Amino acid sequence: METTVIIGASHGGVQVAASLREMNYSGRIILAAEEPHLPYHRPPLSKALLDPAQPDGLMLRPSAFYEQKDITLRLGKRVDAIDLDKHVVRFGSEEAIGFDHLVLATGARARIPQIEGINLRNVLTLRTLPDAKSLAASLTDAQDVVVLGAGMIGLEFAAVAARTGRRTTVIDATSRPLLRGLSPEMAQHLQQMHEANGVRFIFDDGITAIEGNEAVTAVMTKSGQRINADLVLVAVGVVPNVELAVAAGIEADNGIVVDTHLQTSHEGIYAIGDCAAFPANGGNRLRIESVQNATDHARTVAASIVGKRQPFNKVPWFWSDQYDAKLQIAGLWNGYDQAILRPSGNDGSFAYYLFANDKLLCVEAINAPGDHVAARKILSDGLDLRPEHLADPRFDPKLFMRQQPSHS
Amino acid sequence: MPLVNYVDHRGNSTPIDVPANDSVMEGAIANGVEGIVAECGGSAMCATCHVYVREEFLALLPPMGEVEDTMLDLTASERRDNSRLSCQIRMSDALDGLTVEMPEAQT
Repeated sequence: METTVIIGASHGGVQVAASLREMNYSGRIILAAEEPHLPYHRPPLSKALLDPAQPDGLMLRPSAFYEQKDITLRLGKRVDAIDLDKHVVRFGSEEAIGFDHLVLATGARARIPQIEGINLRNVLTLRTLPDAKSLAASLTDAQDVVVLGAGMIGLEFAAVAARTGRRTTVIDATSRPLLRGLSPEMAQHLQQMHEANGVRFIFDDGITAIEGNEAVTAVMTKSGQRINADLVLVAVGVVPNVELAVAAGIEADNGIVVDTHLQTSHEGIYAIGDCAAFPANGGNRLRIESVQNATDHARTVAASIVGKRQPFNKVPWFWSDQYDAKLQIAGLWNGYDQAILRPSGNDGSFAYYLFANDKLLCVEAINAPGDHVAARKILSDGLDLRPEHLADPRFDPKLFMRQQPSHS
Repeated sequence: MPLVNYVDHRGNSTPIDVPANDSVMEGAIANGVEGIVAECGGSAMCATCHVYVREEFLALLPPMGEVEDTMLDLTASERRDNSRLSCQIRMSDALDGLTVEMPEAQT
């Protein structure tokens, strides 16, 4: 019988298995993951860290799902090698499983800077459920929280820490928050929101050492500041998990290199989600860390496996919850030449519409779901929204979305 | 524990006790009810936990927020007057016996 092996059981890996069965795939499906837990939702780990309603996280699917769909879960199992010649994956030296199709959904891990004191107690990262539990436990007794990295995870955690009364400092080597993820306009708004909640930012600076005996007591910065800390979150980006692929001879370059069908340099072997560097934006390779990217990648690969090949071509979207703000992003902001602000209500909600040559690239919205939903539709269907539409104060994105003929 | 009846698009009903304060979506996921996907994990971001609420319960539900209202425009199956996102309905004793019908498709 035909066999598909999926390595990695987070959002992407689980979705490949689920989509294969939805597409009536009748072969064997083996879903292997190093983590011992039933696969779980990751976004709540940083957004609702202290939510007592979900101490064990929210599973992606119940165990019964895998039984009903005849998906073999191999949890707590590390794949040690991929043998491309024999078409097998090896678990240690004693077990090998043959595959017809292989999906690498190995994700990414937190990047750990090599700094003195990085191994002290209460210096933590946030990627996994055990990470989130450790962080929540450490936060209980913390007074002075330092977050390294003003990316999305760093800011979400800073919001949790500040909201619960901790003195919170965010340090970033660049000049502003979310240098890669958000336009400068929206980033400035987020920064002000955090500052209004008591968060202190230090930009263009880095950490040279972390002080403490067993547990952290302070961090030292390049510019010579010493900042008290009894909890440090290291959130300075991720490293894609490519080692298994590289050892097998599969090409990688900041992620496992894939084509528009998400196939690696080897036929029948695919990579998806955080670990996959895929062509977008006219050929430039992108690696996107988001649930949407992982699940949409998964559907594309499942379709290929059942013989319905289609190029990957989905509009990226993201969200983040910080304080009372829901930030929703559709599209990618890089390369814009015009940012138009659209206030969407009397409650401070708004959206930035980012254009390049009068063509919409991205919409970043705060508590403005109508703008976000419309943006997803406008971008995916190629609707012709122009800056002049937004010049009209009565412009309603949802009405626009419904009235325009779809191009797709 | 209040009971929720999950009715699939063919009319088959699955009754499940859902702890008070858990959402109707969480009750479905925890018990493997097919027909609710909840891709975003209950953040009202994906519209894949769409349900049709039986008429007699509509007035008892918490009012719909703007986020939910807007996301319901993205459902895979037709939006109706009784459409809700099940992640936004928290169970309580007052909702005991709540019956929700699940659409044919969520994605």
